Amino acid sequence: MSAPANPTGPVMTGQPGFVIELEQFSGPLDLLLHLIREDEVDITDLPISKIADQFLSVINDLGLNQAADYLEMAARLLRIKAQMLLPRHLGDDEWEDPRSELVRRLLEYQQIRELVDWLQRAAAARAEQYGRGYEAPAPDAPPAPLEIELNDLLAAAERVISLIPEPMIHRVVPRPLDVEGATRRIHMLLESRAEFGWLDLVGEAPTIVDVLSAFIALLELAKRQTITLDQPSPFAPMVIRRESPREAA
Amino acid sequence: MSPLAKLLEAALFASSRPLTVEELATLDAESGEGAVRAALEEIRAEFDGDRHGVSLAEIAGGWQFLTRREHAEAIDRAAFALRPRRLSPAALETLAIIAYRQPVGRIEVDEIRGVDSGAVIDKLVERGLIEVASRGEGLGRPLLYGTTPQFLEMLGLQDLEDLPRLEELSVALRPPAAAEPE
Repeated sequence: MSAPANPTGPVMTGQPGFVIELEQFSGPLDLLLHLIREDEVDITDLPISKIADQFLSVINDLGLNQAADYLEMAARLLRIKAQMLLPRHLGDDEWEDPRSELVRRLLEYQQIRELVDWLQRAAAARAEQYGRGYEAPAPDAPPAPLEIELNDLLAAAERVISLIPEPMIHRVVPRPLDVEGATRRIHMLLESRAEFGWLDLVGEAPTIVDVLSAFIALLELAKRQTITLDQPSPFAPMVIRRESPREAA
Repeated sequence: MSPLAKLLEAALFASSRPLTVEELATLDAESGEGAVRAALEEIRAEFDGDRHGVSLAEIAGGWQFLTRREHAEAIDRAAFALRPRRLSPAALETLAIIAYRQPVGRIEVDEIRGVDSGAVIDKLVERGLIEVASRGEGLGRPLLYGTTPQFLEMLGLQDLEDLPRLEELSVALRPPAAAEPE
């Protein structure tokens, strides 16, 4: 796979000067091969000066000059460039082309790239056939069955209950109706008067218990025909009267 | 199909990976590997031709039912099955080097690629495509990596012999031409 013709900038981290990902080239050799292919030059007779300059300019443009691998290659290219400039004697058998090691590596790398293309094609062809390989992501293992003593459970429940805040409801103080007291009071009032009003019986600010007690006492006495209850008009205060002496009695 | 062929068909259907002849031979104590091979050919013949949507493939040293290529697009579109994730160029480079040089250590991979390959190697191990094959001699006895059956499976190869021979590549590795002094 050749490197894209118009590479975009590398992904930079927030840390300045630290390249984390070089998406367009998988390494300095890849970049070199890319340049060689673009220039259509002979890999075994590298115009090292030209390639070195291009390499430096590209890694500067892409911000790759921060990555050690690229820097190392840049340094290597400059060294080879310098070595090529050294004078040498004609017919010097000892002379070794300073480019030879780099060329060997480039050829080796080119071979790898060709294999990569082959692997990619093979993988793509294989991907056209589905095996019974689909495995749904494993569901979470079911929780192990609980092993718990009853006392532990109760203790746990108690702990939880103790954490529940007291509910904000009115606490009812049990206060039984005092029907007897109300009955005595009615009798006392009847001894002094033949008739009296409801308010005389319960007072100006009766509690609900006082009202209920008095009412039940009145009903009871009315049932026994000790008193009669009268209400002059709807919602008017009730008038309690001593029962007129029974004719029969 | 013979009863053995039907048994093998069931086992191959149930498996999500290629099953080897040896594995398949354990299904029936009566049947040796020769009988299993014959039955496999029987199944292959049954599924060849134009009557089925799957075929029996010989892959990664074993046998596996695979869907036919002509159905790939529709299955892919319907998203009934997961397509394997693609590998990055860096991962493929590393895989290629390991496949051809195995067992090989990280240093050599780094040298060939010209970049540090530690993270890529770790990821390939995680995906099960390579594994530690042995330990090298020398300083620190470095870990040496090799490819796994899953590597073959991913590429649809029967074995490593199916990889192209280096001589077949257009860029054969040869010594650089001796430069003439200028």
